[in-house]
Amino acid sequence: MQKVYTKIESIVGNVITVTASGVRNGDLAEVRGKNGLSYANVIKLDRDKVSLQVFSGTQGVSTGDSVRFLGFPLRVSYTEALLGRVFDGSGKPRDNGPELNENMIDIAGPSVNPARRIIPRRMVRTGIPMIDMFNTLVESQKLPIFSVSGEPYNQLLARIAMQAEVDIIVLGGMGLKYDDYLFFRSTLEKSGAMSRTVMFIHTASDPTVECTLVPDLALAVAERFALDGKRVLCLLTDMTNYCDAQKEMAITMDQVPSNRGYPGDLYSTLAARYEKAVDFDDAGSLTILAVTTMPGDDVTHPVPDNTGYITEGQFYLRNGHIEPFGSLSRLKQQVNASTRDDHRALMDAMIKLYAAYKDTLEKKSMGFMMSDWDEKLLRYGQMFETQLMDLSVNIPLESALDLGWKILASCFEKNETGLKTSLIEKYWPEE
Amino acid sequence: MANNKGHVVSVNGNMVSVEFQGNITKNEVAYILTGGTRLKSEVIRINGNVASMQVYEMTGGVGVGDEVEFTGELLSVELGPGLLTQIYDGLQNPLPELASQCGYFLQRGVYLNSIPDRDWDFTPAVSPGDTVQAGDTIGTVPEGVFTHRIMVPFDLAGDWKVESVVSAGMHNVHSEIAVISNEAGEKKSLTMTFQWPVKKAIKCYEERLMPDEPMVTKIRIIDTFLPVAKGGTYCTPGPFGAGKTVLQHLTSRNADVDIVIIAACGERAGEVVEILKEFPELTDPKTGRSLMERTIIICNTSSMPVAAREASVYTAATLAEYYRNMGLDVLLLADSTSRWAQAMREMSGRLEEIPGEEAFPAYLESRIAEFYERAGKVRLKDGTVASVTIGGTVSPAGGNFEEPVTQATLKVVGAFHGLSKDRSDARKYPAIDPLDSWSKYRGIIDPEKVGKAYGILVRGNEINQMMKVVGEEGTSLEDYIIYQKGELLDAVYLQQNSFDPVDFAVVPQRQQLSFDILYDILTSEYELGDKSEVRSFFNEIRQAFLDWNGLALDDENCRKAEEKLVSVYKSKVRA
Repeated sequence: MQKVYTKIESIVGNVITVTASGVRNGDLAEVRGKNGLSYANVIKLDRDKVSLQVFSGTQGVSTGDSVRFLGFPLRVSYTEALLGRVFDGSGKPRDNGPELNENMIDIAGPSVNPARRIIPRRMVRTGIPMIDMFNTLVESQKLPIFSVSGEPYNQLLARIAMQAEVDIIVLGGMGLKYDDYLFFRSTLEKSGAMSRTVMFIHTASDPTVECTLVPDLALAVAERFALDGKRVLCLLTDMTNYCDAQKEMAITMDQVPSNRGYPGDLYSTLAARYEKAVDFDDAGSLTILAVTTMPGDDVTHPVPDNTGYITEGQFYLRNGHIEPFGSLSRLKQQVNASTRDDHRALMDAMIKLYAAYKDTLEKKSMGFMMSDWDEKLLRYGQMFETQLMDLSVNIPLESALDLGWKILASCFEKNETGLKTSLIEKYWPEE
Repeated sequence: MANNKGHVVSVNGNMVSVEFQGNITKNEVAYILTGGTRLKSEVIRINGNVASMQVYEMTGGVGVGDEVEFTGELLSVELGPGLLTQIYDGLQNPLPELASQCGYFLQRGVYLNSIPDRDWDFTPAVSPGDTVQAGDTIGTVPEGVFTHRIMVPFDLAGDWKVESVVSAGMHNVHSEIAVISNEAGEKKSLTMTFQWPVKKAIKCYEERLMPDEPMVTKIRIIDTFLPVAKGGTYCTPGPFGAGKTVLQHLTSRNADVDIVIIAACGERAGEVVEILKEFPELTDPKTGRSLMERTIIICNTSSMPVAAREASVYTAATLAEYYRNMGLDVLLLADSTSRWAQAMREMSGRLEEIPGEEAFPAYLESRIAEFYERAGKVRLKDGTVASVTIGGTVSPAGGNFEEPVTQATLKVVGAFHGLSKDRSDARKYPAIDPLDSWSKYRGIIDPEKVGKAYGILVRGNEINQMMKVVGEEGTSLEDYIIYQKGELLDAVYLQQNSFDPVDFAVVPQRQQLSFDILYDILTSEYELGDKSEVRSFFNEIRQAFLDWNGLALDDENCRKAEEKLVSVYKSKVRA
């Protein structure tokens, strides 16, 4: 398989075509020319015409460049040496470290047999009360963070990467601003979390094809760590960029678009990635948290819409905090019965009161008189927002629950909270 | 013909083109031989000597020149005893067996026996010399609580004479149990199993009947207001998070049918796992046995190969029809038909067909119609009446029902249970929108009374809309009472608490009892002074009604709660 082809017959978008034989679908090839070396993989075979997508883009590729097929698909090295390292979308180092070539594993492997899956059972502690207390993240969960440009979603991810109680963090960046990449890197390095982190980063100025490879690389590595008994958290940002890259590629390949230009297989493409989240019975687990920015804050846009059908709930990040309404962790009921006996009841009661606060706020803004009860709610809402909702708060779940009781006690009488008497007796802080 | 060979000439995603010699059949199954594995695929287009095939596996590693073996058989499933309790993928591969052979991951190119290789206690129903036709019973075996009929394969035309039949006793599922011959001198050896092509409906029955008997789901809003009939069809569209899957799970547990087939088609694997782990623990109220004993799960979740997803709903429909032909009532639940339609769209795109609306193929509507038409209530040759009921969820893009799959489905189903985001956001479950939804079937309660109650609900909603503009002050007392009646109907009857051990499943007698009282409340006139009195009066009724809903009929406090409810509302009824 070491034959070199030196005649590129067509170059359209990021796709080149050569005449070759003995090539297999998905195989990797080296394209060597004036601009140096780039990798490409086979995406289509038609008799002896082989279409390849060039990872670094086709700008500067000449018809006389040489193409050498390597006889295996794109792979990534899986070793302990990955930790603390940063790679680009084709798996090459981005951090001046050595290239890793040992123990190469296939990417985008088969999915887990549903018969071998288990019901999720362990929570992932993040130290963020809006997650731990109100929408608990569960191992093996796949959860998007729906947000809009300008919101601090990358700050949130970095915070989770530093605080989450897991063994390994795999960060996949797609279309990241270079500043954001530097931010992630320096934040994780400063906090010491870098030593348990692997990063696959595609920045906005990198070639589009590499953007589409990032989730596969990140998830392939994450899955292996999970199989080796590690609790892995895979953070992806931003999946909308990933989908846009898919759209770009599909359109240059003359595929019929389905909805707003996105390819018809968007759902399957996303599902194949998100469904990698798993809890292995006798090994580790893989949890996925992925930022999805909603163009125009529109949740019916094809990307958030398809994502919502795949994932197990969602976090809405708006106005700098995780929204208590709309945000939902579908798996939280699997774990929050066993955290502490007041967890569910307190969570519900606090959210109901916060909803009442929102109504009061509306009344106030319309100029209505504020009753005693309204004043209590206003006080409560303020405390709730600054002490629990603020993203910089970092406390364990138990302290968050205690804090919740404290806030209630400082704003309301016992019977105004709607909580069961038995719980109030047990947890109501006495002055 | 069966040993035709070919070789791959092009690969594009999961579509592979193959050059062949001789004759091949459209929709026949072929295997691509790649790197020691055999990849199952189906011929979907033939042009000259090139066949386009959809591959039921990932196509990484397939190369031009790879050998292809045609089987001459259409895509088929194996029918026979032992199907119940199984968990299959879209191509009838048993997933637990696959897991014990291949470990955590789904290895491609591994195809296992669909029907467990075991012995069954066979009782013959014919003797040598008898004349039989396709679909006739040769004998029976007990499968769980059911009597599984071993039938003459459905594709044998004309009269056949029984030459020999084995005696009663234990026989292997794959061993010969009878030999039959026809006038032309053709001889057939029959075992307990046979193959049937999935895309062909099983027709072996006398006639189709009107679906006129309600299929009880024990969900009040469905059984009373939006009923489904045995042999009927219904669809449940809704945006994500509205509770489609939860509703289907509830139905699969409580539906008053013999057998439930769940086709998890392109949805989350986690949801299937919940069924897999919960069902063996739950008991079927009808038989007292494990719920799993009446269930077959066809599981092709979203990350499994797309082409197999397309096949999975047909596999499910074929199994349903097979059990129907034994005289049983079967419910087929497909979640979600949108994912199935998307699988068709992906294939259509690869075939470069001219796209219809939202790039769905032009034949989308006819395929959906074909699928739902496989439901029906039939009279079999021996006079028994049996049925296949089909319920499908639809996942419309953006929650907007004006999209091709929802619209094509609405044309062919008999009931529409539209889920609404507003209702689910307000935690009103089941989130079926009572005003948008409809049903053409007759329910368990007098339609005239239901119509009247529904009228109050509609009118109450209108008044509510009006009140948002003119305020409570601008609404008359009579209108306000109607509004409160509508709200009461919603709160105590349409909504149902699926976590409550009593309220989660309400049997028809209880529904009738509740409805009668509710109907009396709704149609009575009250002596009430002002709106705040109205509000507190209806709050009191609601509380009493909900308390009663939470008590089982055999609970000693139930009678008291009912009496309390009656005394509360009777106290204000205008004489």
